[in-house]
Amino acid sequence: MRDEVVASTDGCVKCTICEQACPVAAVTDLFPGPKYVGPQAERFRHGDSVDRSVEYCSGCGACSVVCPQGVAVAELNIRARAQIPRSRRETLRNLALGDTESVARLAGLVPGVANALLGNRAVRRVAQWLAGVHRLAPLPAFAPRRSVRSFWTKSPGEGVPVVYFPGCSTSWYEPWLGEMVVAVLERNGISAQIAAGRCCGLPAQSNGFFGLAARRVARIAKELGAPVAKGTPVLASSTSCALMLMSEAKDVLGIESDPVLRLAEATWDVSEFLLDLHRQGRLDQKGLSPISRRVYYHPPCQQRRHLSGRPALELLALIPGVEIIESTQYCCGIAGTYGLKAEKYEVAMEVGRGLFSEIADSSPEVVACDSETCRWQITHASGVPSVHPVELLYESYGLSGARRPLRQDAKRKSARR
Amino acid sequence: MTQALSADVLVIGGGSTGVGVAWEATRRGLSVILAERSNLAGGTSGRFHGLLHSGGRYVVSDPRSASECAAENKALRSIAPQAIEDTGGLFVSLEGDDPAYAEGFPLACERAGVEAVAMSPAEARSAEPAVNPGIQAAFWVPDASVDVWRLLGILSAQAAEGGAKILEHHEVVSFEQEGQRVLGARLKDSATGETRWVSAQVVVNATGAWSGRVAAMAGCEVEILASRGVMVAFADRLSHLAINRCIRPSDGDIVVPIRTVSVIGTTDVAVADPDDTTVAPEEVAAMVAAADQLIPGAGSARTLRAWAGVRPLYRPPGGAGSGATRTVSRAHALVDHATQDGVEAFVTITGGKLTTLRLMAEEAVDLVVAKIGLPATPAFVEALEEKPARPAYFRLPDALAHRESVWGGDRDAVVCECEGVLRSDVVALVAAARGRIGIGDLRRSLRVGMGPCQGGFCSYRCAGLIAEAAQAAEAVTEDLVEFWKERFKGTATVSFGAQARQEILDRWLYASPLAPPGEPVALP
Ligand SMILES: Cc1cc2nc3c(=O)[nH]c(=O)nc-3n(C[C@H](O)[C@H](O)[C@H](O)COP(=O)(O)OP(=O)(O)OC[C@H]3O[C@@H](n4cnc5c(N)ncnc54)[C@H](O)[C@@H]3O)c2cc1C
Repeated sequence: MRDEVVASTDGCVKCTICEQACPVAAVTDLFPGPKYVGPQAERFRHGDSVDRSVEYCSGCGACSVVCPQGVAVAELNIRARAQIPRSRRETLRNLALGDTESVARLAGLVPGVANALLGNRAVRRVAQWLAGVHRLAPLPAFAPRRSVRSFWTKSPGEGVPVVYFPGCSTSWYEPWLGEMVVAVLERNGISAQIAAGRCCGLPAQSNGFFGLAARRVARIAKELGAPVAKGTPVLASSTSCALMLMSEAKDVLGIESDPVLRLAEATWDVSEFLLDLHRQGRLDQKGLSPISRRVYYHPPCQQRRHLSGRPALELLALIPGVEIIESTQYCCGIAGTYGLKAEKYEVAMEVGRGLFSEIADSSPEVVACDSETCRWQITHASGVPSVHPVELLYESYGLSGARRPLRQDAKRKSARR
Repeated sequence: MTQALSADVLVIGGGSTGVGVAWEATRRGLSVILAERSNLAGGTSGRFHGLLHSGGRYVVSDPRSASECAAENKALRSIAPQAIEDTGGLFVSLEGDDPAYAEGFPLACERAGVEAVAMSPAEARSAEPAVNPGIQAAFWVPDASVDVWRLLGILSAQAAEGGAKILEHHEVVSFEQEGQRVLGARLKDSATGETRWVSAQVVVNATGAWSGRVAAMAGCEVEILASRGVMVAFADRLSHLAINRCIRPSDGDIVVPIRTVSVIGTTDVAVADPDDTTVAPEEVAAMVAAADQLIPGAGSARTLRAWAGVRPLYRPPGGAGSGATRTVSRAHALVDHATQDGVEAFVTITGGKLTTLRLMAEEAVDLVVAKIGLPATPAFVEALEEKPARPAYFRLPDALAHRESVWGGDRDAVVCECEGVLRSDVVALVAAARGRIGIGDLRRSLRVGMGPCQGGFCSYRCAGLIAEAAQAAEAVTEDLVEFWKERFKGTATVSFGAQARQEILDRWLYASPLAPPGEPVALP
């Protein structure tokens, strides 16, 4: 039986459209380009991995999105990257970045200590030297235990039931976002049950730990098996979690078990879900009060791979008074954990340069972006605060209680060179 | 007429047999001239299926061939490992195939000396995940795949090093005879149209499917049943093991992974003219369907090219047989025309397989040595015992590893994207040939233009690099146009699905942005 992803390479006619779209190949010679490391190199792969240049693929997926022939370029590349033989040190670094849940569980016990360490220049220098994590890379700060607790103890309100899957970032770094999501849903008659704080497996996958990633997805599919069987939608506010649960578990990891396939069917990006409500006439549009703010909206590369258009943009347009500037740039460069790595930090910053200067030129008060790692990178590089689109809906509805700690942005800003 | 040449042996035909004979004769100290009317492997050898047979295919139908293949498989591996990929192979029987054949297979292999290891269907599936999951029985065999251009390149280079003269594009047009003795032959240089005369103590006719015609020029008789076989290459490897169907030899019973592609074959149709290599669309469809049975999904995989080769099946004089080509032995024949036709100093070596080229060469050269009256010299296998070669087979990822080693910045550039050929590779070859080289030669040596795009992008880059070295833009343009005519001949029957989209892009590039200067030349 032919593997589907490999079989998709049959479509490649060498048109080079993917090469033109690749944000990494555009800025560095270290990466030969998606066509080369994708459908072309794939024909030579058998047994031990011999090509390290695929390492510089950031996994943004631009190639797969633009390919007119349906070649699964990014999926091939993720798989090929996972086959590269690595040194012990590299493996450890990748595990630290890829097993986000374990790291967060540990550090989350003492968020203050962890943040102090990660915010310390000397420590970061040592970390770069020892662990290969770039000293300037935008690492998120762990949320205070108090706000984590406040999110987890939030009780679902009245209404149509959904499951909200918070993923690592909301569980340990941005719990206020989870509270806002739940509140906005509740405002629209949706009762969100908060799923256990789990990693979706995507960071593990993109760092080459397919086994760990598969176990993560399988566990989620099992835990959410009962509501999914009842037809309850599963919502994610993290674009990577949504992508993993919706498609990559099957397309990249090759998992075809029933629970995982059913979960894929049930999963929604939260903005897509809210827009769907709106289209059904069920979104409380009248309750949105004006916010006069200049917002720059950037759809992250991962979100584009949901293949659902730009739902957040349409939602933001419902908020009276908001002035929206739509990004014309593809990628901020961070691509999950790619831009955190010492050898790739500069490449990632270069990839995002177009975006950062566009942001600077349009001088917005805030950047809205669906993915947390992109928000961290954007704020790191541009100094402009960034929020998830739902945060603006929350504000517009006049909801209160959940609050983004102001210190965080300020701190990230100061980490810039 | 240019100057006359002379040698101990004149070998006619630059296929696997002729090159093998030239190599073996040089090794044994004879002076050799080889004349080939087109380029090396320009006949059947360049159009074969690519399999270094384990012998398993013939254990039931043709045990002598099977035993020879088994022995020669080993010999060729040590002679030219760089031309061989040690893929391994499977014999599998599918649901509905005669179970008795598979039951008798191990014993038949044992008798013929063919190595075969029985595997459970589950073991076979894990050894080759692409194979039809419904297999009933499976055997592992030491099949391998051969890059024929590389193989003949290695052997002819070694022969040339030993003093042999290899004349490509030289056709033997007549023989010089004195009474009942062949003195030599007249060759026509296809480039200049000039003829030259070669005298030799013995002439070896190694012209495969054409050996009947060539023998007739010397007034001798060799009956060749020309049997055409069609093959279809897929754009990618569908399996990494060769997969043989464990049934009596029949149409479409082997898929061979060779280099970056998989090739399904073949058919067996008697043809009158050995130059008849036409391929019918129905044959392509039948091959693709046969591949789909061995490898589910192959039926919708992208096809790259279809071509046909003509087997030289030898029928001994007065030989029996209805003429059904499948039943004619695949074994080779050595004809001493002195005893058969009363013509001295003339020998024909034909039939056989590419796999058995060494054995064929050994037997032919033994006869040549005896005719010249030299003391017998040891043949290659005996020499081998003393100096075992360490096999360094080529591997699929080699080209990728080669490209990776120079990647980064502008140290080098990729010329052929599909096959991973670098500018430095092309430049080196063009320089070695002092600019006297065509895109077709680059294709055979480096595989440029053999990948999915079939030269759609690299042919122009190669033309540019040749022109840079040779500074003869017009000739290069002409060569480019010839290359394209040839390429489209091979894709005519496979232009459907993904390959059709590729071809539309290729034709547009050729017709518009990259159009060669001058009047547009229509492509087939
Ligand atoms: C479809 C098919 C599949 C095959 N698959 C396999 C396989 O998988 N494995 C295997 O081992 N074998 C295989 N074979 C068999 C193998 O290809 C042949 O046995 C072998 O290539 C024959 O080589 P040759 O040198 O005898 O003939 P050729 O390769 O045909 O060489 C004869 C040469 O003589 C030249 N010539 C003709 N007339 C003249 C002249 N007047 N002057 C100068 N030169 C002349 C021709 O141009 C030609 O190059 C296959 C054959 C076919 C047809």
